[in-house]
Amino acid sequence: MSDSTPSSRVQAATVKAVLESVNPTPGAPKPDPIFVGDDITRSFGGLVAVNVEHVEVQRGSITALIGPNGAGKTTFFNVITGFDPPNTGVWSFQGSSLAGTPAYKVAREGMVRTFQLTKVLNKLTVLENMRLGAQGQTGEGLFKALIPGLWRKQEQEITERALGMLDQFNLIHLKDEFAGALSGGQRKLLEMARAMMSNPTMLMLDEPMAGVNPALTQSLLEHIKELRESGITIFFVEHDMDMVRDISDWVIVMAQGSIIAEGPPNVVMRNTAVIDAYLGAHHDVALTESGESLTQPSVPLTQSEES
Amino acid sequence: MDWMTVFQNSFTQMIGVSAIIYCLAALGLNIQFGYAGLLNFGQAGFAAIGAYAIAVTVATLGLPLLLALALAIVGAVIFALILGIPTLRLRADYLAIVTIAAAEIIRQVARSVSLNDYLGGSDGITGKYAADWYALNPFPAGIDTALIRFSKNDLWVVLNGWVVVAIVVLLTWLLMRSPWGRVLKSIREDEDAVRSLGKNVYLYKMQALTLGGVIGAFAGVIFAVAAQSVQPDNYSTTLTFFAYAVLILGGAARVFGPVVGAMIFWFLLVFVGQALNNAVKAGYISTDILRTDQVGQVQFMLVGVGLMALMIFRPQGIFGDKKELALDER
Ligand SMILES: Nc1ncnc2c1ncn2[C@@H]1O[C@H](COP(=O)(O)OP(=O)(O)O)[C@@H](O)[C@H]1O
Ligand SMILES: [Mg+2]
Repeated sequence: MSDSTPSSRVQAATVKAVLESVNPTPGAPKPDPIFVGDDITRSFGGLVAVNVEHVEVQRGSITALIGPNGAGKTTFFNVITGFDPPNTGVWSFQGSSLAGTPAYKVAREGMVRTFQLTKVLNKLTVLENMRLGAQGQTGEGLFKALIPGLWRKQEQEITERALGMLDQFNLIHLKDEFAGALSGGQRKLLEMARAMMSNPTMLMLDEPMAGVNPALTQSLLEHIKELRESGITIFFVEHDMDMVRDISDWVIVMAQGSIIAEGPPNVVMRNTAVIDAYLGAHHDVALTESGESLTQPSVPLTQSEES
Repeated sequence: MDWMTVFQNSFTQMIGVSAIIYCLAALGLNIQFGYAGLLNFGQAGFAAIGAYAIAVTVATLGLPLLLALALAIVGAVIFALILGIPTLRLRADYLAIVTIAAAEIIRQVARSVSLNDYLGGSDGITGKYAADWYALNPFPAGIDTALIRFSKNDLWVVLNGWVVVAIVVLLTWLLMRSPWGRVLKSIREDEDAVRSLGKNVYLYKMQALTLGGVIGAFAGVIFAVAAQSVQPDNYSTTLTFFAYAVLILGGAARVFGPVVGAMIFWFLLVFVGQALNNAVKAGYISTDILRTDQVGQVQFMLVGVGLMALMIFRPQGIFGDKKELALDER
């Protein structure tokens, strides 16, 4: 799906195996990092929302970013994708520095994100939303736009691809609806499918499952795994611990702006610092049955911020 | 009461020079506000640039009309860049404030005493505008029918004016069905979503502001050529707000919205004014209630009430799609 370099074609099993050998500590170096960040801070007034000393994301992995509400996950995503200026920090993607790069160039570099509060274009149809995602469109130039002959063929190809993608995301029957008429879950799916239209190298999803119909989650999980098989790195924020445990190769835990733990899902969820972070933020929520494992929460850790 | 004249004047103004000028100003706003969501409240400034480009180049300096047209375009582009560079990265309301102020600055500069020798102060510039072009007029005389009446010169201006409108409508139509138009409409909806998909939002906003501004300058060009004069006070904020009224009346983000909006607006305005005037003169309305010298104000009040009623009962404008508007409320 993406123009994967040979080294990005790491198979799922290999990624897991490679990450086994990584020391599960905050800021752990990875054998083949696609993203490396250093000393990234962002404060709002007196509140330090993000304070990440060092972070690496393994190429070809599904890496989850978890943490209690207000931990700074969304702010961290905003900073590294160029949507929010940091106070300090440098970071690079595939070896090239992205600090200070405007958001649209970050996306062109292959780091494409979705938003926690879904941003579909309400007055465009679902299909038009999808077409917008495609990169390098000739017809997006002001003067070339005037001559349909220059872009009609490309538009056709984009449409084909968009229809295929909509089919995979179970949205094909809605292709001619206004995106604004979709349910919350359908919008999440559309936003993700639209991001895929731009051929990302690393897809960054901010709470992709929030509000998605449970009947669809399983197929969406399968879909995300397939994306990884095709060489795309997935970096996602999620509250649903079942999902995190089910699909992620590696989990990074943030609390109060900093990374407090890292590791494979089963290791991280047994980490006492992680349990404390969650319990500290949600005294009233029973996270674990026995107190030593986070792996089977009966209650979602937090509620989605979307209605 | 002379209903024939009332209708004749109303229909004449419906397709007359004023309708063309406001139609063009609104066509520019349609690209900026209708499609891209940019609040340009300085369309009068763009029109003034077009008008003064003609006045100074042709009437004062006696240079060719085509050169003046080129200068009008260049002037509008520069004005758009000056307005856009500092504001288009900021929130939408900054552009609104800056444009309304900048347009007033242009008007004040144009009427300033110190530039009297060049721009004619508050009297503006009256003179020979586009004589060569008027010489091309193929019409032997004006027309005077039951529905419309134009002088020979007006006929030529109106014909050419609607050709310009048709070209701009075609341009808008071509652009808005293209991927470029798709990006623009998406920016109106949610800039961040568009950025996240790798589009340079700032560039598109600048293009929209510039294109709409150049179209606004053409409104000024036609105004100057038709009137054979420019007066700075014709380019006050009223022009901008009338153009917005025209746009919203017709339906924003509709290719033909400004055309229909301008025709209806001018028909109603003239019809209400003339009908009131006639009614007062014929004694249907007592001069205790309304004198003919008050008709002008009442005319605008009534049209204003009419616009309000439209916004209440058909907020999407004549051409708009109610379903689409309802999506805003979600
Ligand atoms: N624009 C902002 N202005 C002020 N405070 C903010 C802003 N954005 C986020 N914050 C604060 O930063 C902290 C981290 O927020 P966020 O990144 O949204 O957390 P998470 O996504 O992990 O739930 C919170 O305390 C939040 O209130
Ligand atoms: Mg968040």
